[in-house]
Amino acid sequence: MMHLDLALVWAGLLAFAVLAYVILDGFDLGVGILFPLMPDERHRDAMMNSVAPVWDGNETWLVLGGGGLFAVFPLAYAIIMPALYAPVIALLLGLVFRGVAFEFRWKARRGKFLWDWAFAAGSTVAAFAQGIALGALVQGIPVAGRAYAGGWWDWLTPFSLLTGVALVCGYALLGATWLVYKTQGDVQRCAYRFAWIATVATLLAIALVSAWTPFLSEAFLHRWFDWPQVLYVAPVPLLVAGAAFVLFTGLRRRRELSPFLASLALFVLSFIGLLISFFPYIVPTSVTLWEAAAPDESLGFLLAGAAFLIPVILLYTAYSYWVFRGKVETGGAGYH
Amino acid sequence: MDFDALTLARLQFAFTVSFHIVFPAISIGLASYLAVLEGLWLATGRGVFLDLFNYWKKPFAVAFGMGVVSGIVMSYQFGTNWSVFSDKAGPVIGPLMGYEALTAFFLEAGFLGVMLFGMSRVGPRLHFIATLMVAFGTFLSAFWILSVNSWMQTPAGHAVNAAGQFVPVDWWTIIFSPSFPYRLVHMLLAAYLSTALIVGGAAAWHLLRDATQPASRIMFSMAMWMAAIVAPIQIVAGDLHGLNTLEHQPAKVAAMKGHFETQAGAPLVLFGWPDMEQERTRYAVQIPKLGSLILTHEWDGTVRGLREWPREDRPSATIVFWSFRVMVGAGLAMLALGVWSLYLRARVRLYERPWLLRVAVALSPAGIVAIIAGWITTEVGRQPYTVYGLLRTADSTSSVDAAAVGASLVAFIVVYFAVFGAGAFYMLRLMHKAPVLAEPGLDPGAPLRASGLMPGPVMDQESRR
Repeated sequence: MMHLDLALVWAGLLAFAVLAYVILDGFDLGVGILFPLMPDERHRDAMMNSVAPVWDGNETWLVLGGGGLFAVFPLAYAIIMPALYAPVIALLLGLVFRGVAFEFRWKARRGKFLWDWAFAAGSTVAAFAQGIALGALVQGIPVAGRAYAGGWWDWLTPFSLLTGVALVCGYALLGATWLVYKTQGDVQRCAYRFAWIATVATLLAIALVSAWTPFLSEAFLHRWFDWPQVLYVAPVPLLVAGAAFVLFTGLRRRRELSPFLASLALFVLSFIGLLISFFPYIVPTSVTLWEAAAPDESLGFLLAGAAFLIPVILLYTAYSYWVFRGKVETGGAGYH
Repeated sequence: MDFDALTLARLQFAFTVSFHIVFPAISIGLASYLAVLEGLWLATGRGVFLDLFNYWKKPFAVAFGMGVVSGIVMSYQFGTNWSVFSDKAGPVIGPLMGYEALTAFFLEAGFLGVMLFGMSRVGPRLHFIATLMVAFGTFLSAFWILSVNSWMQTPAGHAVNAAGQFVPVDWWTIIFSPSFPYRLVHMLLAAYLSTALIVGGAAAWHLLRDATQPASRIMFSMAMWMAAIVAPIQIVAGDLHGLNTLEHQPAKVAAMKGHFETQAGAPLVLFGWPDMEQERTRYAVQIPKLGSLILTHEWDGTVRGLREWPREDRPSATIVFWSFRVMVGAGLAMLALGVWSLYLRARVRLYERPWLLRVAVALSPAGIVAIIAGWITTEVGRQPYTVYGLLRTADSTSSVDAAAVGASLVAFIVVYFAVFGAGAFYMLRLMHKAPVLAEPGLDPGAPLRASGLMPGPVMDQESRR
């Protein structure tokens, strides 16, 4: 039988699942982050309705990311979760509040404003916690034997706070450009304004994080600045500049789709940048993906199904988005 | 300190999973019920089935949403609090949970949006397919997660590698571990039965005020058929599950029965207080020999008691004995309700006897109570192991700080009671409203109401003719 590096294949699939989660739940968390900034209640209704039919599917990629890590790299899962204990709990609780708000908000009478806040605060906390978790991962996790060897507050550093803020800005950008695409009239006008602010904040955050990351570890520094490797990694920052240009142009010319696509591109590129820094570690810089991988029997068994199921999932997810295509209307008329 | 962190981690898991299981159980039952209602509407063209569909769709959406968010918590809690267990059992149960996400969660989530908001966009037939997909997804989810749990209860088909991890040898044996078929059937029936009791309770609530409402009569009749047919089947399934447990986890059965001594012709202890310290069941009210008859089908069969196992290997009989009795009591009450409904139905008095209706209202949470009690029985009865006989619970935890586990436990308790309390309140309020003919698709105030080229109400009326 042909030899297949199953651990590497799975690392790629999990990276895809995490990226799918980040860009999909990213825009609906972003809508939540921007929620309290929209003054008119009917406009907030439209904001929520633009993501109501799809948020659940978007969040399922997080379950696949977590469940996949558990299945494929159980050692990494067993190390990372305790290391990120507090941010993970905050993320989960944030998701509880914002998830139930989708239903509860329409069922409440006097309490509706409470679920408005639950949606906004839950989305923001979830985004911030994810950003902190990412930063804590990037700055490295100490390991002894087969367990996390650091303290319970190690995740909290200026760098992780910066990545937390950066992800909130980034998700707000995705949410704002999504709203530009999905809404019209007053909601869209507001969304353009949000998008401008979020663009500036996100690009600033990307620049700060990118400048800081190489100095966190020797490995990162060499990865990004050694000759001739620099030739392979240089396209990433150049493409980021290109995406930023498309984003600015799209917003200035009041395009509806290109700002969203450019924001997605920013996320994809930042994610690729992260992978370049991480590889081949799955717990930077302690455990490589081969060290953490489950035996080939586990990887092969799940891969056999995933190879068929992931394309099918993408198909019916695309179908669901297609069913709910077009603009969301303001003022109770629903989709058209 | 270790003991504290362990206890807190166990409490946290018990608390979050007890809340969680209620929502999937209702989702499994209601999703199938919704599929049946929509199928009946398409087959008969009777608008009342669509009205009932739209009526139950709303509490379903609330329960489903709560199930999703409380389920995400579960999928990460393995790592935060039980990282040694995750590291060791991950290669075996991880792929099963991966399959749960790939086959079940995406299917449910992908079609839920269409099911809730898409009727006017896709038309009734594609919409029915979406409903079927959601129902099928809830079934697949139960299949995989019960496979995981069953492997932890009766592990099979694995080996242990040099790093101390359980590794798969035969996937078929792992997925269909010895207790799995029994557990799956028992849990699915429990979900259907619990939902039937909730539907029946809501219907009875409305019939008590107006016994002529056609929609409430239909759902009451359907619910009582379920109680009459499924409750006895469930009792048989539960008995078979018990015999399977006796074969693979005899200590759990000894705890359920309150037996400490191994004896021939063992009594059936009806009530009592199993005292783990004194190793006897105090204040026991018992029927001689019946215990042996039930477990071995012989009057003088030998039944093993908890003293056969060292103290540190025994599950807490005090808890298991009582949780088992709560479950059985709830089951017998459901059986009685079903039989009573058959009797009144035969006399064409099903909707007119207020006492039946009152009892149906009172028993509407009985299924949920039985599910929680049943899970406490099987999970506490598995102790002191996470992977039965192979990995101790005490050796499964993360090297967690008790303060961290305690703080997160408090946070979960506060948030769950507030959030899911509100959710339960909204569900009850939805069910408190009587179903009306030409039920609006969703709340009129909510712009989720789809209105396309063919607005919902127009289409509904056309389909009704």
